[in-house]
Amino acid sequence: MRLRHRLAKLFAHVDAPLMALLGLLLLASTATVYSASGASADKMVAHFTNLGIALGAMLLVSHIPPQRLMQFALPAYVLGVVLLFAVELVGDVVNGSQRWLNLGITRIQPSELMRLAVPMMLAWFLHYKQEVLSTRHYAAAALLLAVPVGFILKQPDLGTATLITASGFYVLFLGGLSWRIILGGAALGGAALPFAWGLLHDYQRQRVLTMLDPSSDPLGAGYHIIQSTIALGSGGFAGKGWLNGTQAHLDFLPERTTDFIFAVYSEEFGLIGAFLLLLLYGAIIMRGMMLASEAADTFGRLLAGAIVLTFFTYAFVNMGMVSGILPVVGVPLPLVSYGGTSMVSVLVGFGIVMSMATHKKLVKT
Amino acid sequence: MYRRPQLVNAEQEQRRFRFRLRFAGAVAGLLFTVLLGRFVWLQLFQYDRYHALAENNRITLTPSPPARGTIYDRGGQVLAHNYAALTLEITPDRAGRLEETIDRLAELVEIDAMDRKRFRKLLSESKDFESIPIRVRLTDEEAARFAVNRYRFPGVEVKARLFRQYPMGDAFAHVVGYIGRINIKDEARLESEGRKANYRGTDHIGKSGVEESYEPLLHGRTGLAKVETDSGGRAVRVLSQTPSVAGNGLHLHLDARLQQIAADVFGPYRGALVALDPKNGGVLALVSKPGFDPNLFIDGIDVANWRALNDSPDRPLINRALRGIYPPGSTIKPFMALAGLELGYRRPGDSIADPGYFSLPGSSHRYRDWKKEGHGIVDLKKSVVVSCDTYYYRLAHEMGIQKMGEYLSRFGFGARTGIDLEGELAGLMPSPEWKKRRFNQPWWPGETVIAGIGQGYTLSTPLQLAVATMALANGGALYQPQLVRAWRDPVSGQVVHAQPKLLGRIDIRPEHLQLVRQSMVEVMLPGGTAAAAGAGAEYLFAGKTGTAQVKSIRQGERYDERRIAAHHRDHALFIAFAPADDPRIALAVMVENGGSGSGTAAPIARKVIDYWLLGKVPEALREGAADEGGEEEAHGAPAADERPGPVAARAPAGGTQPRGGSPNASAAPAPPAARPGGTRP
Repeated sequence: MRLRHRLAKLFAHVDAPLMALLGLLLLASTATVYSASGASADKMVAHFTNLGIALGAMLLVSHIPPQRLMQFALPAYVLGVVLLFAVELVGDVVNGSQRWLNLGITRIQPSELMRLAVPMMLAWFLHYKQEVLSTRHYAAAALLLAVPVGFILKQPDLGTATLITASGFYVLFLGGLSWRIILGGAALGGAALPFAWGLLHDYQRQRVLTMLDPSSDPLGAGYHIIQSTIALGSGGFAGKGWLNGTQAHLDFLPERTTDFIFAVYSEEFGLIGAFLLLLLYGAIIMRGMMLASEAADTFGRLLAGAIVLTFFTYAFVNMGMVSGILPVVGVPLPLVSYGGTSMVSVLVGFGIVMSMATHKKLVKT
Repeated sequence: MYRRPQLVNAEQEQRRFRFRLRFAGAVAGLLFTVLLGRFVWLQLFQYDRYHALAENNRITLTPSPPARGTIYDRGGQVLAHNYAALTLEITPDRAGRLEETIDRLAELVEIDAMDRKRFRKLLSESKDFESIPIRVRLTDEEAARFAVNRYRFPGVEVKARLFRQYPMGDAFAHVVGYIGRINIKDEARLESEGRKANYRGTDHIGKSGVEESYEPLLHGRTGLAKVETDSGGRAVRVLSQTPSVAGNGLHLHLDARLQQIAADVFGPYRGALVALDPKNGGVLALVSKPGFDPNLFIDGIDVANWRALNDSPDRPLINRALRGIYPPGSTIKPFMALAGLELGYRRPGDSIADPGYFSLPGSSHRYRDWKKEGHGIVDLKKSVVVSCDTYYYRLAHEMGIQKMGEYLSRFGFGARTGIDLEGELAGLMPSPEWKKRRFNQPWWPGETVIAGIGQGYTLSTPLQLAVATMALANGGALYQPQLVRAWRDPVSGQVVHAQPKLLGRIDIRPEHLQLVRQSMVEVMLPGGTAAAAGAGAEYLFAGKTGTAQVKSIRQGERYDERRIAAHHRDHALFIAFAPADDPRIALAVMVENGGSGSGTAAPIARKVIDYWLLGKVPEALREGAADEGGEEEAHGAPAADERPGPVAARAPAGGTQPRGGSPNASAAPAPPAARPGGTRP
């Protein structure tokens, strides 16, 4: 009896439908990582460790009431900006980008922290100013967004910068940024596109060009796209069956357990599998949105909504990249790709969403 | 308070939130539909095509890196080549636990701490699916032992790779250079230049010397092999291949034997020598001493060796021929003499009376000649032969720094020569504008005076001196010095010759040229400053000695070689060409802390030219007796033997010396003299 009571308390803030959907996705992930890694026992041990840590973190975060979470927003944001600045000064260079900060015992990538810290900060800011909101405040919020994004662009890490920009934009959009500004901004952005092209690093330009014509560079950047579309297309309607994907197993696919895991999945499970995966993502996003609407205050609504939309963005960008309609940016498929950092940050995000929905207002007037 | 309006606001806000969330959801749904459409297109409509492609994708494209071009000297002697050897390589993402795998491998083949360290370094720079060497140069026995146990090591393979080797070693390190592993910076450069695809499968790239500057010619074109693989991904057979195209063979102007002799005759000294072909600017020898073993760098130099090279006070890694900058000292005098003649400040017959010093009008400061009592009546020829300072103090003062700088610049002073090596320094031909820019100070007349004897701000590299001497030797043709003479396309066998590049032609009146050349010939004859080095030459030998000051001597002090620390001794300089009537070699020698140009630098030049023109190999080298007696002794011995004439810009017998320049000039910051070498203030 006591045990049951304790368990009930432990899971008190977990949303059962959402948890069930996430569980299905993690199941698909486990099966695919197993296949993609060539049934590597080492990889599976590491994968389950990641899963355990990430689910534990989610559970923990779901217990934090929104009011308390709100207190973290500003310190987390400031810490993140300071760390990004430190990276700029003394960061380690890995694969040509300066993203890591060496703390002696371990290396951290401050841009990962910003994935949650930025939407939290913006949601807190809009919540804090909700009674007096005007264009001026949106401009200030945009500045809060631009600072970390600027640092990350400079590393250079176009993928992360784009996704953090997206998450910040979602907060502003859900927080009531006027349509006129959104449409005007979009028009301006379109006009500035040729200008932005000039600012891109050569390798980034190359990626965009390669996406438009992969065969132009079969030994270089086009290789990834050519191989992943072959894997995808050859999966056909029903797929080649679990563990029977030829492309993945023949080492044609680089990064097949991480960024390109969707190619392995859809080679083995075919169009049916891909469709079911889209449905699963869709269901998670729907449920997430429902939970976001139930949040008690502005901060909770904006943050939860932005987290769900960012989750969608990750999934869309990754699948778009693997199927060759978006340029190659280093974005994992959320909750499917192998990798601890991404797993933890996504599930912590859902922990926040659950907390927002299940912690009701203490005082109701 | 405003409770009610707030509530209304909150409701309104919530409604807006829900609407916007739905809107975003609709957009998301739309985008997912686009994705689904793409999947349907790829997996249903294009299925046949991709199915076929996937079937054929049993066939992998593997790059086959080209063989790097061989580098030869002018006679076909190999300076850099490749040899095939076996390496043991690990592909991290197929190998499971790396440390454990390496430990087990170490039971089969020898893997020492160095190998592990290098592997870890490469691992951090590479992608997980790239094959990384753990051991290079496996013996046949080791390869066989691994082959038997191969099934125990997934992701580990023995590969045959080509290795670079520099058989000639130290003396050629600065010219030929070396290759090293491609690092992140190289990779970024290759990518930005659009050459990255051609480097798939290649691990090394030229890092210095000719290896660096001729990288595009040497590297060749990467081939593609279509390899059919079994279900485990191992190659079964090669279906077709676009063969790689080996890099071009490079043929240098350099003569390996001359280069080796030039390096050897330096003995224990540090310094540089550049010998050029006056007919086309080809580099016959380019020595920077000490050298180093370029083979150490190929697979990443280890820490101990790197420290030894990098921290050595002798600075062996610096190419002194192009990066050592020194005041040209009295070697500038033949060019000054020519300037005086050509610009009309002197006629061949003009003489001056040299009291042993020169003073600016209205000043009592004496710029002293190296010979205290003076040289008496000095004409232009004698001024070169005895290296009279007073003559050039006066000439410089009359010409002014502007005209002087303009004329000397025609011979390439103060500008990069454009040699086909990276990292060359430009030296300095000072001007009032330069001084204003650099120090924000006016130009003092005294600075012009000492510039006349190649001291003060003027700085040049040994290469620049050699180029200027070449132009003097061939009558005014300023060729760009070139190391590479030709390259050979390995496929067509076609040979492309590098054309000599004329940087400029200096018009010199023949009688002026003849006079200056004759004066340089007499420098090597009895009565000249380098008579000892010229004694018994079987050809017409033209030369000029010089000294670059390292430590400035205060007015009233005297330069005493014996009392001065070895690394504060003057740098010895010497320029020469021969035979003077039809020059076939022009060279410049710089001996760091060599003391006097006549004592140390000129004998080196003599031996090099003796070999080049007569095929004479120096006695000492035939015995293989490198002088081990240390600098003190090594310097003392030849100097005592040959009774060197006094050297320019030196005060052997007390008195004040122009070493700080005039009182005016001494207010200016000290010129940056002679950077490399163990010269610390």
